[in-house]
Formats: sequence, structure tokens, C-alpha cells
Amino acid sequence: MSTIGTLHTPKQVADRRAQSPHISMFARMLLRAAVLRRRRAASALLAMIVAAAVATAMMNLYVDVQAKLRTEFRNYGANVVIVAKEGQSLPADALAKIESVVGAKTMAVPFSYAVARTKDGQSVVVVGTDFTRARQLNHWWKVSHWPDAPNEALIGMRAAIVVSPNRQPFELTFQGKAIQLAPAGMLQTGAGEDSRIYLDQSEFQNWTGIAPSTIEVAANGSAAEVETSIRQLAQLLPAADIRPVRQIMEGEANVLNKTRATLYASATLVVLTSALCVLATLIGWVFDRRRDFAIMKALGASERLINGFFAAEAAALGVVGAILGFFIGIGVAAWIGRVNFHAPVVPRFSVFPYVLAGSVAVALISAILPIELLRRVQPAIILRGE
Amino acid sequence: MFPRLVYESFRHQARRKLLAGIAITLGVAVATAMIAVATDIGDKINRELRSYGANLVVTPQEDTLDVEVGGVNLKPPSDGAFLNEADLPKIRGTFWHHNIVGFSPMLPVTVKVGSGAKDVTLVGTYFNKPLSFGKEDFTTGVRITHPWWKVSCGDGKESPNCAWPADDSQNVLLGERLATKLNQKPGDTIEIAGRQLTVSGILSTGAAEDDQIVAPLALAQQILGKPGAVRRVYVSALTKPPDALAIRDPKTMTPEVYDRWYCSPYVESIAYQLREVIPHSHAEQIRQVAQNEGTVLSRIKGLMLLVTLAALFASALAVSAAMATAIYERRVEVGLMKALGAGNLAVSAIFFAEALLLALAGGVAGFSAGALLARQIGRSIFNSQISIEPVLFPVILAIAVFVTFAGSAAAIRRAVKFDPVFALRGEG
Repeated sequence: MSTIGTLHTPKQVADRRAQSPHISMFARMLLRAAVLRRRRAASALLAMIVAAAVATAMMNLYVDVQAKLRTEFRNYGANVVIVAKEGQSLPADALAKIESVVGAKTMAVPFSYAVARTKDGQSVVVVGTDFTRARQLNHWWKVSHWPDAPNEALIGMRAAIVVSPNRQPFELTFQGKAIQLAPAGMLQTGAGEDSRIYLDQSEFQNWTGIAPSTIEVAANGSAAEVETSIRQLAQLLPAADIRPVRQIMEGEANVLNKTRATLYASATLVVLTSALCVLATLIGWVFDRRRDFAIMKALGASERLINGFFAAEAAALGVVGAILGFFIGIGVAAWIGRVNFHAPVVPRFSVFPYVLAGSVAVALISAILPIELLRRVQPAIILRGE
Repeated sequence: MFPRLVYESFRHQARRKLLAGIAITLGVAVATAMIAVATDIGDKINRELRSYGANLVVTPQEDTLDVEVGGVNLKPPSDGAFLNEADLPKIRGTFWHHNIVGFSPMLPVTVKVGSGAKDVTLVGTYFNKPLSFGKEDFTTGVRITHPWWKVSCGDGKESPNCAWPADDSQNVLLGERLATKLNQKPGDTIEIAGRQLTVSGILSTGAAEDDQIVAPLALAQQILGKPGAVRRVYVSALTKPPDALAIRDPKTMTPEVYDRWYCSPYVESIAYQLREVIPHSHAEQIRQVAQNEGTVLSRIKGLMLLVTLAALFASALAVSAAMATAIYERRVEVGLMKALGAGNLAVSAIFFAEALLLALAGGVAGFSAGALLARQIGRSIFNSQISIEPVLFPVILAIAVFVTFAGSAAAIRRAVKFDPVFALRGEG
């Protein structure tokens, strides 16, 4: 007994025990079991911690990865398009209204269209837009240089061949009004944009008098959240057509569903495997202590007490393992988020009850199973070492 | 004596051996399934990403500018150059033809509809056209390249009465907004460019086609009076995410680098090959689709790789835990063996031989179970097989043996070191 130290006469020991805070026999047995068999207890606890950490990391990832992937999918551009009814423009405050519904973080880019003529009479589509916004929304636009001076235009690859093959300034006319433009840079997308010329909205409006007729919106969130945004927008702008971009929305839904299903299957497998690991370790641990069990029984402990003792021990192990594992798991999830998505995974404390309940349940199962086996054996046989 | 010891150990402790064997089997099964899924996920997600539509477009080299606003083409219809429909099957003859999922030609024509004589764009295309190149027969069209196009009776629900037109028919699809404007239903006859055509369904795409008419390509060519003409071709191809090599100009490459570039399924090299097979054409990537799929793909692949590592770690731990427990229980046996004069080496050898047998048996069973599991995951999630490389089998077996040994080593060392006297007295 290493705790006795300098006080070792029976009286002194008795005094010390009387003075020390009263711990029930039950709690003392629990503590001693953990202290005396440190190694085995530590390995059982380690298994518990690892399992809880892996489960926490998987659940955190499963919840958070969908949000992370959605941000990646927003790089595909607008998923909602707001178009004015035929021949009209959108109200001047439309952009402000849209941002009030979908939030300022959501990108909304106005576009206005006109067909102008070049000097030699060719028709070309000119688009007025907000370059800062367009640049943020349309990541895939390959632009050699964004316009930053007045009367500079962004010219589509194919339009450039017609209007400004040597990158010289050029003139366009719209309904008799002429404008002198200098090419700032080239735009390449592989789609319709290549045949157009992009101008700053205010310059465009001064020249043509046409206000934006289309606003492209990249609404964040799940499919249901986007649906809600669309409904709200429709109420707010009754004069406009609000159209979801099916190509983007369905593609996203498809890829996201498959990824989620795969992640779910993998996470389940991983959690099951770690539960198995705990089960194997804990069964071994409890089985190993069949002599304790037999002695307790021989000394007259009731079956309820013994079951309670082992269950309490397993539950304590489960709780401690779950708490430690939870924090480690959150760290692992954050690390995975940083490595793979370059943004940390937000810790979700709502996962904790599940991890705790799962850990305690697995611990209890692995304690009760061997006890059920041992219950049928006579204590004398165990004590004789057979 | 040695084989008999091992044999008897398995015979008499069948239940315990079974438990350890089950742990190894499960661990190996999870590891196999996860490795199989992780190695195949790139290809599977790449195919799913094709639901974003075509990532390449082929246009005539000497094309005039498109003048299109709000889905209405203002360009004179006979203006500009065309591709030849007869060249299209050659797309299947490119080096990466296995990666070409499908292609759809487009021919927009401006037509007058009904007596109101309003200008509407009619687009001719393939829906699900059977073609052949060499000995190979295949079908292609918008049903493959534009999976978000839906045909209904105008209510958004699919129904047998409202179907995709046949590619050789005189039937057309009306865009949903155009149908509302013209007040037309499926089954109605509509006068388009002086011809009486049947509306076979209402098309919903969420894009410009909602204001247009979509017809079989042959019909659009008849209306335009240019047989075999195609304005552009959308190509949907499985590509490899771009890297430093992908964006280099092929003209500046040395022959070896050029070969490597040409034989990699980059979107750039597939565009280059499309230009080669279709005369007077210009092929380009549609950057909105092509540029983003690489990022999405690498994110998902990276995620699965990390999850697989977690799975391997968890199953390695489960196997070691089971082995450690199994050995710890046999200290008495060790004590007896040592009391009878067995050396540490002999005792360890017995344990390692048992571990090897367990690992091999568990590895084989686990590999088959894992293969089944991976196949099940592939079928239920992706509707296609997840193939397991046979090369994986020896690798998995080696990993199983290694992990089992590593898990047993500490326990064996402790069991061997344990004083036989204590063990035999039952103390410990």
C-alpha cells in the first residue's frame, strides 16, 4: 500500500481514514480498479478515446462537408436568374431588394443588353454590367485585363476579331448615338460571352439609356433554401420572371447527393469499426478480471451489485473516453477541413450527445456481455484458475 | 511438435480464435471496401459531373458573330459557316473516344410561327440518335449531354403521352414559356415556317430553350434548306483536372512532352483532337463547366482519401486490439510452456505462427467481404460497378499480416516476459 507513507500504525491509519473525506466503498472500488490495473485500463480508455474521436470527426465532416462543397459549387456561377418581362427593364431598386432577401454575401450581378453596330455595319451585342460583381460571380471567365479606366471595354474573343483585331480603339453606334471605346482586355469563356462586348453599367446606360433587364444571382444554401429565396424574390419583384438555372441546380444536387451517400456509407463503416475495436478491448478487460468478479461473489455480493459495479465502471470509461475523444475528433475534423477545403470545419457541439450516448452504450454492451458469460460459472472454479 | 502445438491451439480454442478471426475479417473488409471506393470515386464523380452538361463546343472556324439576346437569335439564318453533319461520327474516332460520353449538334433557325408571323428560334438537334463509326454503333444526343432537359405535358410531370420526338419524325418540342405564350398543348398541330407539325411535348430547361422550339436536326435542315448543316456541336467528355502541362501550348512542346500531353485526357488535348477530326472546325472548352469540375473533383477525392485513412487506422486498431486481448488471456499457457523449458523464441514463434494463420484466413475472407461491400456501395449509390483491381489482393493480405503482427507484438512481448511462476499461480 504505497499511500500509507509515514503514518503506518493501525491507529494512525484508522484516524487518517476517519479524517479523510468519506468515499463510499462502491466509488473506492471503482477508483482502485482503475489505478491498480493502470495499463489495462489505459488501453481500454485509449480504444474508447480513439473510437469517440473518429466518430466525432466523421459526424462533424458529414454535416459540414455539404456546406463546404456547396461553396465550391457556387463557383459554377448563378443558380437563379431574374429577368424583366419582355421589353421592360427591372425597377431601379431591384438589386437592393434582392440583396435584402438573399443577404449581402450572396452575389447578384446586373446585366443589360443592346445590339449595336460597328463602323462597317456589323451587329454586335453590347452588355452593361458591374465588373467587380461579375468578376466575383464568374470565376471561370478568363480575362487578360479587367477594365479600370473610363470608356474601356472587355471584349469577347470572337467579338475582338470583328471590332478590334489589332486592339485599336473602335466606335459603336446604337440608335444613331456613337461611342468611342478602348479595348481593356480579352474575355474567353467558350460560350455566348465570347461574341459580346462588356461595358460598365453607368457608361452603358449613359450611351443607350437601357437599364438592367437581367440579374444573375448565386444563392447560397441547400436546395430548399434556394427554393425559399426564389419564392421570396417572386413576391418582392412581381414584375419580373424568377428562373432557377436548372443546369446548375440539378448538376449540384446530383453530385452532392452521391458524395453525401458515399461519405455516409464510409462514415458508418469507420464508426462501426471503431466500435468493434472498443468492444474487443473492453470484453478482454472485463474478462480478465473474472477473479475480482469471483471474489466479490464469494464474499456475498449480490448479482445486482456486481452488475452495477461493472456497468458503472464501463459507463465511467465511456463518459471519459467520449469527452476526450470528442475534442480530439473536433481537432481532426478541423485539420481535414483545412487540408482539403482550405477552411476549418466549424465544431458542432450538437454532435456531442450522440457521441456520448454511443460511447456509453458500446461500453455497457462490452461490459455486460462477458458478465453474462461469467454469471453461469461457479466462483470456486474461477478462483481455482480453471 | 511445432505444427501440432499450433494445430491443437486452434482446435481447442476454436471460439477465441474465431473471435480474433472475425475482428481481422471485419477490419480487412472495411479497409478493402474503403480503398476500392476511394480509388474509384474519381471516375464515378467525374461521370456524375457530366450532369452539368457539355464541357466542349465545336464551331466552324470561319464563323460570324452570334447576335443573340434573351434566347432570340438576331443573326440572319443563312449567314456564317456550318459544320458538316457527316463529319460528326468521327468524334468517336479520336484518341480519347472512350472518354466522350456524348455529343449533340445544334442548328438554330429563325422561323415564323402560326398566322401571327412572329419570329421564334427553332433549334434542330439529336435527341437520342443512333449512329455508327467504323464497326461501333452508339446513340447520342441531348438526352445524354443535357440531362436537365425535361419533357412533360406542361405540368412538369413525365407522362407517356408527352414524349421526346423521334429523330426521324416531323414532331417538335415547345419550350414551356413559348407554349404558354402560344397557348399550345402536346398533341396540337402547329404551323411552323409553312409546315404543319405536331407538338409531341413541352420542354423545360430553365434556360433560353424555354422560349424556343426544339426539333429533330433533319427537320431544321429542311426548313433552312441546307441539308447536312450544323451550326455547333456540344461534346460531353470525361476529362482529367488540368495541371501545369495541360495549359501549355502544344506548338512549343518537345515531341516527348507533346506525346504525353496528347495522350492525357485534358480538356485542352481533347479539344485539340476534335479540331483534328472535324475539318474547318474550332473546338473550345466551355470554361464554366470545364474549369470548375477539376476543383470539385479534387476536393471530393481528397476528402475520400482522408476518410479512407481514418478507416484504415480504425481497422488496424480493431485488429490489434483483438489480437492483444487474445494473447493476454493465454499467460498461463505461456507460463506452462516456459516451465517445461521453452525459450522466449519458441513461445513467440508459436504466437506469430498463429497470428499469421489468422491474418491469412481473415485477410482472404475480409477481402471477399470487402469486395462485396464495395460492389454494394457502387450499385446503390452510383448505379454502376466499383471494380476491384486484382493487384489489391496481395497488398491487402500483406497489410493484414503486418497489422496483425504489429498488434500482437507488444502483447507477445509482455506475455513472454511474464514470470512463469506468477502465471502458473494465477496471479497477474
